[in-house]
Amino acid sequence: MLSILRRRAAAGGSDAVLLSERLRKSCAAAMMRFQGYTTAAKEMTVREALNSVLDEEMSADPRVFLMGEEVGEYQGAYKVSKGLLQKFGPERVVDTPITEAGFTGIGVGAAYYGLRPVVEFMTFNFAMQAIDHIINSAAKTNYMSAGNISVPIVFRGPNGAAAGVGAQHSHCYAAWYGSCPGLKVLVPYSSEDARGLLKAAIRDPDPVVFLENELMYGERFPVSAEALDSSFCLPIGKAKIEREGKDVTITAFSKMVGLSLEAAEILAKEGISAEVINLRSIRPLDRSTINASVRKTNRLVTVEEGFPQHGVGAEIGMSIVEDSFGYLDAPIERITGADVPMPYAANLERMALPQIEDIVRAAKRVCYRSVPMAATA
Amino acid sequence: MSAAFSSVRAVCHPGSFAGEKRGPPATAASGKFASGFLGSSGKVWFGALPAYVRAAPSARRRGSFSVVAVSDVVKEKKPKRSSSPPDLLVTKEEGLELYEDMVLGRTFEDMCAQMYYRGKMFGFVHLYNGQEAVSTGFIKLLKQEDCVVSTYRDHVHALSKGVSSRAVMSELFGKTTGCCRGQGGSMHMFSKEHNLLGGFAFIGEGIPIATGAAFTSKYRREVLKEADCDHVTVAFFGDGTCNNGQFYECLNMAALWKLPIVFVVENNLWAIGMSHLRATSDPQIWKKGPAFGMPGVHVDGMDVLKVREVAKEAIGRARRGEGPTLVECETYRFRGHSLADPDELRDPAEKAHYAARDPIVALKKYIRENNLASEAELKAIDKKIDEVIEDAVEFADASPPPSRSQLLENVFADPKGFGIGPDGRYRCEDPKFTEGTAHV
Repeated sequence: MLSILRRRAAAGGSDAVLLSERLRKSCAAAMMRFQGYTTAAKEMTVREALNSVLDEEMSADPRVFLMGEEVGEYQGAYKVSKGLLQKFGPERVVDTPITEAGFTGIGVGAAYYGLRPVVEFMTFNFAMQAIDHIINSAAKTNYMSAGNISVPIVFRGPNGAAAGVGAQHSHCYAAWYGSCPGLKVLVPYSSEDARGLLKAAIRDPDPVVFLENELMYGERFPVSAEALDSSFCLPIGKAKIEREGKDVTITAFSKMVGLSLEAAEILAKEGISAEVINLRSIRPLDRSTINASVRKTNRLVTVEEGFPQHGVGAEIGMSIVEDSFGYLDAPIERITGADVPMPYAANLERMALPQIEDIVRAAKRVCYRSVPMAATA
Repeated sequence: MSAAFSSVRAVCHPGSFAGEKRGPPATAASGKFASGFLGSSGKVWFGALPAYVRAAPSARRRGSFSVVAVSDVVKEKKPKRSSSPPDLLVTKEEGLELYEDMVLGRTFEDMCAQMYYRGKMFGFVHLYNGQEAVSTGFIKLLKQEDCVVSTYRDHVHALSKGVSSRAVMSELFGKTTGCCRGQGGSMHMFSKEHNLLGGFAFIGEGIPIATGAAFTSKYRREVLKEADCDHVTVAFFGDGTCNNGQFYECLNMAALWKLPIVFVVENNLWAIGMSHLRATSDPQIWKKGPAFGMPGVHVDGMDVLKVREVAKEAIGRARRGEGPTLVECETYRFRGHSLADPDELRDPAEKAHYAARDPIVALKKYIRENNLASEAELKAIDKKIDEVIEDAVEFADASPPPSRSQLLENVFADPKGFGIGPDGRYRCEDPKFTEGTAHV
């Protein structure tokens, strides 16, 4: 309803813009007053957010098209592309055969030649079949061609662990793509992130790897009127402080932001004020925000689903050592996935992934609060 | 020259079993889009009829074209222009253009070998000697807007497409005046101006890129409504690539979506030291075209006029929107795989056999025998090309190497991709960044 009001307002000229400003403000105020009362704020799942962005960006720019397995008639393996085929037709919502190397390369070639493809992977695990095109054809070409050929393409799909899908469907690739120059790597957590980051990715002139999370698609988040605006874009490379705190900095991305926020709640009850940073962007990494936070809290815990060695946490930790070593009051702690291929059994899988209590324990350790030893698996 | 294609039988009717493969769910309804783009229209299940009922006619139509496989190409053609004698394949101007382009390719590559051994260029340098008829035969028929996608053996494709000898030589010398400012190198020639979408160092990597360019041409015509966009993409690759999965994936999609592309196999019989016959279950690569529902053609790749005839048909077919063609050009490289290859595995008799069929000598013979040009005219071209290459070398030699600031340029089209520095500003805004000294 809000968006309809705003659209009407926008149509009425400058007075109407003022009106819309006022509307937005009063709505924001209303949202604050009725916090927790869901009908007051517009809510949206991450899936709906992604879907709405694809819809809006394809409407705005005819060069944007979506291709991948089951994106069309099936409406998306995870229904992210629901309704798009009906709206844009099979020429812009392109169902491909099961040929990642082939269709990813076709997408990259289309980007070389002037289109703005969005390539969906059913999961980023399958992108391994196409990594040659993501790294060699997409990431390196602007440089190799000395700016002759830019590659405005988005590779998107679910990344990391889902539930019970085993080793070949549960890998987090943030650190892999994050290590490659020429790529931008975005990791949305909330619906607002999904909207602002996916729009930024589609409009960006460079290749963007957009790592979603299957378990987050159905999560609902409140979204502001601003985030619902079709012009809403988040800056690439800027992290968001999801919760301010003063005792310990916790960095996280994607699903792990939610766990970290829950951990922060628990820590607050025990008198520890945790600052939770939602990275939003793995590459470029917002070293400025992370370092500023650590200089304030003097302690750092990094959280990620991926493997420990050469992980995102390793990079963040090193950036603190380089830029803010003198501010640290405790060793940096990394909470990561276990250093094993993902096991299938539910209990083992749980042990292989970071849990809220792991984050709480690590935060307490860096604050030198005595904690019981972690139970040995 | 439709004879090469039309003289043979249809060997494949994929439409005859379309519809049986996938029945819709019992409750599914069907609707239809007007556009025929990507050939998958009419199968969207939200209208009134079961999908296969609607899909079948279009599938049948798609499957009904003649898929052709020929291995012998008709040699003599009717005249293309009244100015040329009635039994010739080319006019004087065309013949000399082909000759000049092939001599340019050959002379350039010979100079590369010299410069490589003198240490002026480095890394892997793969020369094209012997294969000139393929590059010239196809690329000289293309327009500036048409795309060429090459491999690591890409210097001559770049030259044929119009990139200057100076720009290619400088690139090989690693100089800032190169077509990629020294950032690409021998295996990675790009030129946006000439729609050269790259040399690729991986086997098979260029094929999907080329297919994507062809997809774009179709998209521009049918979605962006650029009615005059009839651009064609030509993808060059070797026999070794034809055992790689990306080749098959793209033959499938290009035929499925009727993309304006020509897949050109430069079958030089050897993948480094692996004989084609030792690597491929059925060595007749052209046969793989009909398997995907597109024409497959075999042509003598040592004869530029034959290549040109086949190329005309295939490019015309693509330009008319009738879909892709697979062309196998049987050719031979006169040098090793790269300048670092000792080339010990190829039989000297085999090398001699193909050396005797040098495509430049053959064209020269054709031109002289048919009195298209005098010996003096051909000599004048040789001399002109020698001068062009000398000039390119001098230019490359005198050009400056890339400045330090170039190190960090072009990693991103938007340099904000380097992120935000400790001072809270974008790193690319740091003046030291462009000096190449800023920490990234």
